[in-house]
Amino acid sequence: MNMPFYVAPEQIMKDRADYARKGIARGKSLVAVTYRDGILLCAENVSNTLRKISEIYDRIAFAGVGKYNEFDQLRIAGVRHADLKGYAYSRQDVEARSLANQYAQILGQIFTHEMKPMEVEILVAEITDEVGTEQLFHILYDGTVNDESRWSVLGGEAEAISERLGDLHDADLDAAAALRAAVDALAGPERTLVADDLEVATLDRTLGRRCFRRLGIAEVDALLGQPRAASGETSDGAAD
Amino acid sequence: MSLPLLRGLPTFGADEDPGPSFTGLLAAAGLPADVGRPDVAAPGDLSGVTHGTTVVALRHRDGVVMAGDRRATAGNLISHRSIEKVYPAGRHAGVAIAGAAGPSMEMVRLFQLQLEHYEKVEGQPLSLDGQANQLSQMVRANLTSALRGLLVVPLFAGWDERRRCGRLFQYDVTGGRYEEQDYAAGGSGSLHAGTVVKLGFRPGLEPSAAVDLAISALFQAADEDSATGGPDLVRGIFPVVVDIDADGYRRLDDPQVEERFRALLAALDADGGEAHIERSSGDAG
Repeated sequence: MNMPFYVAPEQIMKDRADYARKGIARGKSLVAVTYRDGILLCAENVSNTLRKISEIYDRIAFAGVGKYNEFDQLRIAGVRHADLKGYAYSRQDVEARSLANQYAQILGQIFTHEMKPMEVEILVAEITDEVGTEQLFHILYDGTVNDESRWSVLGGEAEAISERLGDLHDADLDAAAALRAAVDALAGPERTLVADDLEVATLDRTLGRRCFRRLGIAEVDALLGQPRAASGETSDGAAD
Repeated sequence: MSLPLLRGLPTFGADEDPGPSFTGLLAAAGLPADVGRPDVAAPGDLSGVTHGTTVVALRHRDGVVMAGDRRATAGNLISHRSIEKVYPAGRHAGVAIAGAAGPSMEMVRLFQLQLEHYEKVEGQPLSLDGQANQLSQMVRANLTSALRGLLVVPLFAGWDERRRCGRLFQYDVTGGRYEEQDYAAGGSGSLHAGTVVKLGFRPGLEPSAAVDLAISALFQAADEDSATGGPDLVRGIFPVVVDIDADGYRRLDDPQVEERFRALLAALDADGGEAHIERSSGDAG
């Protein structure tokens, strides 16, 4: 009878984490930034149908990077959780914090108990009526939750992008300026991204009950088309 | 009531996945919807059950107008003066209900959730035909209750983004779905309301003329049917009137509806209509 080789738990966890990180780093990154009317989410995504950003509930959005089928499964579970909860209790009882905890639990469970960890990083974003109370829950492949308040970066090059975003971001930006900051941070100094490469959506507190709105290519083009210097002064009209 | 799936994230195996259906999800979660549950009490005294009454819908040049009065009755009593019977369903459609208020409102709530859930899970909204069919299935599921006296008979109308026109649908208790070309009315005052719309209807009506016609229909129905509420000028309660076109569902605000009502009353007054038959000269002679 052969004894299985002893592998230290540290080594197992490290191998799994490396595996997940590699999978995530293969894909493109995504940023979420707070702005005057809420939260703007922007992903590098050449596909127009396989979405990384979507609506979960009235004021909650979901974003994921990494393996599409894995984060999409999480997205649908989140929509189901939110709609069931809103039906059984009330719409105002559905909140991002509890959803983020559920995600963390499920990702943590899979990371420690399954053969293969999920190669995803996800974000649960929520806005309220008040400016400055936006919540961004950034959840990693192993179930680690980070509560971020001004912006969040998901994906392989998170550190570099986050550093660039730190110089560009300001919570009082309008939609056009926030998009410009997000795109410049994603692209970095050497690349230029155009509307076709992007997937953009907002959680906009001026929209009434359902705050999630996807921006079409024409709209993204129009917002990006404005000269950077003038974008700080454009009125709310630019967001509509 | 146990809420098994609220304890964790609802995930399903491929063979039992409810897909984009919210009612399917409810069933899988052990929370079956109350609408159409066959174990409702046997027929008893339903005079205490609140009923909603008259709703109308008609097509116009740019879409459809829907309107409903605000009265709910229980037997011969008025149980609510400001109930609402017209609700949004998705971004480009509305549903108007007549019948037992409790099951009707629950059905509307489920229908709204069903459409929104579908849109979120699938990433795109259900077609207008798909929506009309969903409602038909919900009405059919309520048949057992309907036969015991808890009727739910909705009207459904919306803007069809594929055909680029307004469309409207009428239902019967068995879930039968009938698309109407011009107008539809439902509820206890539907005979009178429907007749008024029928006489005033022209294809390609201006939206504002369609609103006036709907308001006039509800006014005349309230005049003839005790269960239909007219405009309540004292309390400032007016029917719910909504306009649905390519831009979506839009409820007219109360001052706007009030203005239309006052215009209608002024017109009736000027005509020397029924409302003001002068008897004094006859008495003197």
